[in-house]
Amino acid sequence: MEDLQKLYDAILTGNAKVSKEVTQQALAAGSDPQALVQKYMIPAMDEVGRRYEANEYFVPELLISARAMKASLELIRPLLAARGAEPAGRVVIGTVKGDLHDIGKNLVAAMLEGAGFEVIDLGVDVPPEKFIAALNEKKANLVAMSALLTTTMNSMKTTIEAFKAAGIRGNIKVMIGGAPVTEKYAEEIGADGYSTNANGAVALARKLVAA
Amino acid sequence: MHPTLARLLTATPIITDGAWGTQLQSLGLTPGDCPDHWNLTHPDEVRKVAQRYVDAGSQVILTNTFGANRIMLAGHNLADKVKEINTAGVRISKEAAGTRAMVFASVGPTGKMLMSGDVTEEDLATAFTEQAAALAAAGADAIVVETMADIEEARIAVSAAHATGLPVVASMVFDSGKDKDRTMMGTTPETVATELTAAGADVIGANCGLGIEGYIPIARRMRAATSLPVWIKANAGLPEMTNGTITYRTTPEEFAALAQQLREAGVAFVGGCCGTSPDFVAALTRTLR
Repeated sequence: MEDLQKLYDAILTGNAKVSKEVTQQALAAGSDPQALVQKYMIPAMDEVGRRYEANEYFVPELLISARAMKASLELIRPLLAARGAEPAGRVVIGTVKGDLHDIGKNLVAAMLEGAGFEVIDLGVDVPPEKFIAALNEKKANLVAMSALLTTTMNSMKTTIEAFKAAGIRGNIKVMIGGAPVTEKYAEEIGADGYSTNANGAVALARKLVAA
Repeated sequence: MHPTLARLLTATPIITDGAWGTQLQSLGLTPGDCPDHWNLTHPDEVRKVAQRYVDAGSQVILTNTFGANRIMLAGHNLADKVKEINTAGVRISKEAAGTRAMVFASVGPTGKMLMSGDVTEEDLATAFTEQAAALAAAGADAIVVETMADIEEARIAVSAAHATGLPVVASMVFDSGKDKDRTMMGTTPETVATELTAAGADVIGANCGLGIEGYIPIARRMRAATSLPVWIKANAGLPEMTNGTITYRTTPEEFAALAQQLREAGVAFVGGCCGTSPDFVAALTRTLR
């Protein structure tokens, strides 16, 4: 399958054009879509993550690889859905109420999509009610909240309290992130986990949905 | 060196200021409010913050204009107030500074990313040119392009600021990579120094980040990479949550003690970012001057 090594390489180097073309050709030639994802695409994103942790890749490389991954996944997802295959998880993501910063949240959303999650992005300044409505409507099992400011990070706490009040806290896992967020803060407000970067967020999301 | 800086830098380090956002909150700004808009709605409170820093010993204070570019203000439906907010920001800081301090006007990032196509280079150039022109016309002594995470955005902001003829400080955040010595996009202090010098910066710096400890080696590396003066405004460590209130680990005394290493490294401008207050500036003044 020398040709399919091209798919792995295209995602690793962030070449969306090539990754899309190779995916199209492979599907036309009868390749199994699930096998493309499992054998080439996810391993490529895992290698992207490894290079990020090793200081060889930074945010720009993460972004272009996630983009290449997404280009291929857009072709594959309808085929998987037709077979009744479920995504890795359904994540509702947003920057919390009072906070308008979306760079970090967008990076996490892109990486989670790249990892095969269905991502429902609610944007910025998201009030608790909006998170709750989306979680219920989309039957999501994971919520990812972002805050950049120390002044707005408390909205994460009030949002988790609103999940409890709405009686849905037990149905979902909550992950948080953003510049001021620490492990201790995540514990204090009763989140299930936190990550300092978009790559770590993927590992965390996988761990939380498997738990 | 720009004549304004040459006059100022006869005895270094120059003490700058600390955080503004937390000070404004202590005066009633609520999370989610646009801090920059307070220049128009609560000028007395904003002046109080500036005054606290001048009284604590700041020789350079900034302005409450960090987010006063068209793109950020649009998020608060204030895109038509760019000129008023920036003009008022400079006026308020100048009133507080009098003849005791200089006013370096703050220009922060737009919060949008070039790479993901949220904005174009032209959008950024337009926004920064508009803000820089308003700050210069209002009589700022210099412009500080700060808290930049993307060197491309920083470069655009620096050239827009440089076009006003004012001296320009170019300061980025270093909080990424395994040694926490890269910008979010992976750029090293050396590359930042070289590229932003070429873009027209008069001072190269680092601000925000994970704490003052990490900025000491970064300051040394910047000093080695450029002949321009170096500017450092570090955070007081990372925020911690105790009983529902946010506190920072580093005390003013610890911060000032570490700042001595910045002085030894030849840093020209020393101040604080998130978690610092007038108490930090007072401690810096006692220790470094």
